[in-house]
Amino acid sequence: MTAGQQPLLALSAVTKVFGGVHALDNVSLNVLPKQIAGIIGPNGAGKTTTFNIITGAYRPSRGTVMLGGTDIGSEPSHRIARAGISRTFQNIRLFADLTVLEHLLVAQPHGEFALRRLLPTRWANPQALRRAQETLEFFELEDVRERIAGSLPYGVQRRVEMARAITARPKLLLLDEPVAGMNHDEAEHIRRLMLKLRDGGVSILLIEHDMSFVMNLCDYLYVLDFGVMIAQGPPDQIRTNPVVLDAYLGYAA
Amino acid sequence: MMSTYYAGLLADVGILLLGALSVYIILATGQLSLGNAGFMGIGAYLSSYLTVTVGIPLTLALVIAAVTAGAIGVIVGFPALRLNGIYLAMATLGFGEMVRSFFLNLSPMGGSEGFHGMQHISNGYIWSWASAILLLVMILEHSQVWLEMRAVRDDETAAGLVGLNTTIIKVGAFGFAAAVAAVSGGLFAHHHLYIEPGNFSFERSIDFVLAVILGGSTVSPGALIGALLLVMLPEYLRFLAEWRFAAFGALLIAMLLLRRQGILDRSLFRAFALRRPA
Repeated sequence: MTAGQQPLLALSAVTKVFGGVHALDNVSLNVLPKQIAGIIGPNGAGKTTTFNIITGAYRPSRGTVMLGGTDIGSEPSHRIARAGISRTFQNIRLFADLTVLEHLLVAQPHGEFALRRLLPTRWANPQALRRAQETLEFFELEDVRERIAGSLPYGVQRRVEMARAITARPKLLLLDEPVAGMNHDEAEHIRRLMLKLRDGGVSILLIEHDMSFVMNLCDYLYVLDFGVMIAQGPPDQIRTNPVVLDAYLGYAA
Repeated sequence: MMSTYYAGLLADVGILLLGALSVYIILATGQLSLGNAGFMGIGAYLSSYLTVTVGIPLTLALVIAAVTAGAIGVIVGFPALRLNGIYLAMATLGFGEMVRSFFLNLSPMGGSEGFHGMQHISNGYIWSWASAILLLVMILEHSQVWLEMRAVRDDETAAGLVGLNTTIIKVGAFGFAAAVAAVSGGLFAHHHLYIEPGNFSFERSIDFVLAVILGGSTVSPGALIGALLLVMLPEYLRFLAEWRFAAFGALLIAMLLLRRQGILDRSLFRAFALRRPA
């Protein structure tokens, strides 16, 4: 990690206690601008809890969450989203009844009380439609724009969810198992999209179990085990780290 | 004689349409309100007070009543909308009954004796309001705000995480709905020329919900179809004499079994809509 570069996201000594159980214990991690960072670790290690803390679903019991120098640890979800963090879910959460295009319209940033939000979008806000169309093209979703998102195949739903997250124009994108259940071609498609997003200036923090995917994509990795950060470093180091091999891969060190 | 009778029914349809729309607007955010007759009562009493006692024109009185009820809706909405589903339904029901017993004890407005002295309004006046508000809702349905309401209904957590302030959206919808219900109440008062607290009871709130469910709860013209059915069907079943309400109930159950989404729905509208080139 380059010393001196201001991190976009910084968790410092974050602890989350649920009824006496330490779901996260003294966890610190940074995501730098234009970095793809990954969190790996066995089930129940606290990966999704970390995401829930960053997005405001949970408050940290101790420690701070900083986004570009501002403490967001006690902000509600919608403010954190507007401050520049979007996420996807391990179990896809789309709006059951909205079309793909509507997903991309609803997530666009806007002024709170702009009058045109009360007028028909089609003629009051053509630039919103144009932006949605660009995102559709980026994620190769033009063919399904008028379809109800919930009725689409699994892999396509994942792309819709990512597209919706990007529409909010985040600085940081959190992806919870973005290629789970995907075949190799679909996963490769997602990998190319993520690299393009990174090159466009978006930082990405992802949780993923697919090791070859993580090792090929991430610039930096954090390894969690039972709520504790047991290792961190570039993929090459993590791959051969004996502590990681022992805890995560189950090999004797 | 007959024509006056049918004119009365037509007025009832327009008034019920507005009540049903008020439930429809709240339902668009995924919340069920069983207390909208309370807002209707506020509109009825306040507008009658303004036209009879204060002596201002009806249209102005209706606007004032709508704004007042809307503000009360927002005030009630903030605590109530922390609740969801059946708990919110119970809380709104409690609110409706609270309003009713408030008017029951409000002796300057007649208490249990009721209140009268209003000027009669024409069907044209009632339907001007009803169609203007229906049109307004139909336009709003194509707006960003309505899209946000539907997103909140589908998944409140996900809506928050894409940056939507779900509290403001739900409370705003509740306030708007309260204003619409108040207009319905004002028109009711100036059509029937006599109001009493019993006019705005729980059964009235249930009628609103029934109209929306019958007509279709995902498109606003569903409220119109539902209001028409709810007023007209018992009339057409008149030949069954005492059995007509039982027959009406049976029809309702059959309807819910055969077409749960109501008579009109979104896919029906899509099928009839002109295809727009992409």
